[in-house]
Amino acid sequence: MSYTAQDYKKGQPRWCPGCGDHFFLASLHKAMAEIGVAPNNIAVISGIGCSSRLPHYMATYGMNTIHGRAAAIATGCKVANPDLTVWQVSGDGDGLAIGGNHFIHANRRNINLNMILLNNRIYGLTKGQYSPTSPRGFVSKSSPYGTVEDPFCPAELCFGARGHFFARAVATDAPGTVEILKAAYNHKGASVCEILQNCVIFNNGTHDSVYTKEGRAKNAIYVEHGKPLIFGENNEFGLVQEGFGLKIVEIGKNGITEKDIMVHDAHCKDNTLQLKLALMGNGDGFPIALGVIRDVEAPTYDDSITVQIEEVKAAKKYHNFTELLETNDIWEVK
Amino acid sequence: MSEELEIKELEEVVVRFSGDSGDGMQLAGNIFSTVSATVGNSISTFPDYPADIRAPQGSLTGVSGFQVHIGAGQVYTPGDQCDVLVAMNAAALKTQYRYAKPGAAIIIDTDSFGPKDLEKAAFKTNDYLGEMGIDPDRVIACPITQMVKDCLADTGLDVKAMYKSRNMFALGLVCWLFDRDLDVAFNYLKEKFAKKAGVAEANIKVIKAGYDYGHNTHSSVTNVYKIETKNKVPGRYMDITGNKATAYGFIAAAEKARLKLYLGSYPITPATDVLHELSKHKSLGVTTVQCEDEIAGCASALGASFAGALGVTSTSGPGICLKSEAMNLAVIMELPLVVLDVQRGGPATGLPTKSEQTDLLQCLFGRNGESPMPVIAATSPTDCFDAAYQASKMALEHMTPVILMTDAFIANGSGAFKLPDLGKYPDIKPPYVSEELRGKWAPYLRNEDTKVRYWAVPGREGFEHILGGLEKDNQTGAISTNPENHDLMTRLRKEKVDKIQVPDLEVLGDKEDADLLIVGFGGTYGHLHAAMDEIRASGKKIAMAHFKYINPLPANTAEVLLKYKKVVVAEQNMGQLASWLRMKVDGFVPYQFNQVKGQPFVVSELVNAFEDILKK
Repeated sequence: MSYTAQDYKKGQPRWCPGCGDHFFLASLHKAMAEIGVAPNNIAVISGIGCSSRLPHYMATYGMNTIHGRAAAIATGCKVANPDLTVWQVSGDGDGLAIGGNHFIHANRRNINLNMILLNNRIYGLTKGQYSPTSPRGFVSKSSPYGTVEDPFCPAELCFGARGHFFARAVATDAPGTVEILKAAYNHKGASVCEILQNCVIFNNGTHDSVYTKEGRAKNAIYVEHGKPLIFGENNEFGLVQEGFGLKIVEIGKNGITEKDIMVHDAHCKDNTLQLKLALMGNGDGFPIALGVIRDVEAPTYDDSITVQIEEVKAAKKYHNFTELLETNDIWEVK
Repeated sequence: MSEELEIKELEEVVVRFSGDSGDGMQLAGNIFSTVSATVGNSISTFPDYPADIRAPQGSLTGVSGFQVHIGAGQVYTPGDQCDVLVAMNAAALKTQYRYAKPGAAIIIDTDSFGPKDLEKAAFKTNDYLGEMGIDPDRVIACPITQMVKDCLADTGLDVKAMYKSRNMFALGLVCWLFDRDLDVAFNYLKEKFAKKAGVAEANIKVIKAGYDYGHNTHSSVTNVYKIETKNKVPGRYMDITGNKATAYGFIAAAEKARLKLYLGSYPITPATDVLHELSKHKSLGVTTVQCEDEIAGCASALGASFAGALGVTSTSGPGICLKSEAMNLAVIMELPLVVLDVQRGGPATGLPTKSEQTDLLQCLFGRNGESPMPVIAATSPTDCFDAAYQASKMALEHMTPVILMTDAFIANGSGAFKLPDLGKYPDIKPPYVSEELRGKWAPYLRNEDTKVRYWAVPGREGFEHILGGLEKDNQTGAISTNPENHDLMTRLRKEKVDKIQVPDLEVLGDKEDADLLIVGFGGTYGHLHAAMDEIRASGKKIAMAHFKYINPLPANTAEVLLKYKKVVVAEQNMGQLASWLRMKVDGFVPYQFNQVKGQPFVVSELVNAFEDILKK
């Protein structure tokens, strides 16, 4: 059975015109069609916020739940019914502020969830307060003199929670988004996809440097496992390691050839260099990394618990309630 | 048994084992109750342990107790006060003597009453019995530690291991006092320490030594007691705590409904044993997830329910606060969910190991919006099984979250549990969407009679739908802010819960002509029953009606409550059930008996209070 994007579509989205969520939704429909899991075997679970409206536009099963709890609810859903493909959708407030605890623990446990983080660095639904990903000094309705706190970098949080998959795409970049969504589906375990998404009303322009194709050519690097880390409008730059850090070099200058450029290893268990890639950008002179940054195999919680249940079933002699009763000290009154 | 000893037959007896929290008092108590239950005695137990894991040894705060009530006839409570108090050290005697009846026999380990022990227990002199006003004739003063050391001298065990067996000496002595058959105790130990044969052997040796000591020194006590069982109900029994019975109820319900059982939980006293118990039973397919917090426990259970499992979350009062938002999500999404509240003393962290009934109004009302939820309160350790089964059945058949209330007292206490025949339990049939509704179905289409919506479990083709926490159109399930629709949906959710059928309230005692009706709910059943029996035995007319189903209330509630001249609502809170009943029954003005001590009711206090009301 093959599917088209139409098979996953439902209703008319109510996001503001120009909102990055529209772009992402189209890419999600497209990615699902390419993946080909039947709509009835998919659950899309969100929390609360603008982006968490997303399940209402899916022709799958799903829930638009309560603020911050999407990852926890998705955990129960997946563990109870591992046959379902579960997508969990949150914004930066839902996923990293009120739901931060569930975000890190879903990663640590390695539940086989596809975790989408739509990051616009602002609270949109409550009309414009700073979020845990807003940069220091950010002026918003709740920080009229600028914030005095540092933001989370979602990748750092994911890695800190021992996450095994992290990818990033820009909402307006359909091929790039579809690519990482498919990779997230194919990865067994918690897969975090950070989507850089613009809020046209309250934080317009936050991802401007990479929001257009031209911008990405200048300011982003597409990373791909096994490929050299090359970027630039004419692929003229590359990344090399220097000391404990990374350095940008120009190919063809100072004797640098393509062979000198670092080759991306998304499968490397040690996340040190992957983290360096993920942290690049935002004014440090490095490009923003897009694509699958980390993709490492590890035992998943839902598989492990299923295996454990089978093992215990084989080892124990009782398999129903009546047999369970008989395992106790029983006496008879005649 | 030597012949010159008089063996006295007793109706019932209460024994309290007490010592340091590391002294194994719970084990000694458990073995004694099992040994007694095996001969058909009715049993009721109550562990009373400190909140600290290991308070300093010998300190007053580190004393742990285990009370066992055994009876020839039915016993309903672990007893107000004990006939025999075992005090393994000075601190135990100091703190536990208040639980001893006047004239109770006291067993002490004199080796734990040295100068330092007495100092730690805040005794001022060496005359600790005098200070407490204890008649030395009632005391079996025995150098337990030394005798255990002597008894195990040739086993090669180290001193620390030997000390751990002291509880078994006390147990042996108590078994002698009550003419118990030691073989049952031996088998218990052999099974418990199946992998540590040395430990089992040592413990058995020490029990025998304790028993023999009692036998050889019988001159120091007046009688050996024997409790003969009457009114035996034939059948096969096991000893079960309320928490274990609750876990069993969930397992039984899931099996009956042919669903996977999923427990999302976060450890919290006194509910954690339910998580422990269920996590053992993977061979029955039970899935337990120890979550990152209480919120995730409830949220993940709801996710599991959405996915087609029986989702359960277990906690105590503080956890209910945290779970309330996800419980409300279950209310509006109309999905099955069972929330277990093993009540403890509050507010906030309160008294974590003690028992109260102070969460009732929280369970009924503690959520934002109009949020009706069924509430069931189990009445005894063994009733926890039926209550958990009924709560699960109600949740699954009525597509609603249900709160199951127990409390620390019945959760940790135990009783003799007649093995249930699951075949005789009612079927559990969730309202799955029928194939006939294909094409016509919408998420909030309801059964006209019950107002229950139909359940389409993910995986089924053609029934894809989105649920959520936003108000829904009463048919399509699409998000709706229509004022009329919200009003209708609010009423529908209430009506659905109100329409749930629960058994009628039963009146016990002098049903027709009682001068006073005692009303209570949940875990106080035993104490109220015992108080009623005592008052009736003195010839007065009294009855009781005990609530297990609190929302919705039984259909005959008003009829029962308004039938008697005087009604007293007795509860371990400041009047929460009384408030609920007054809200629901026009013209109901009860007397109230309220106590919030973290301890079970004391039957004699209930009797006095009720007799005072009778005199008014």
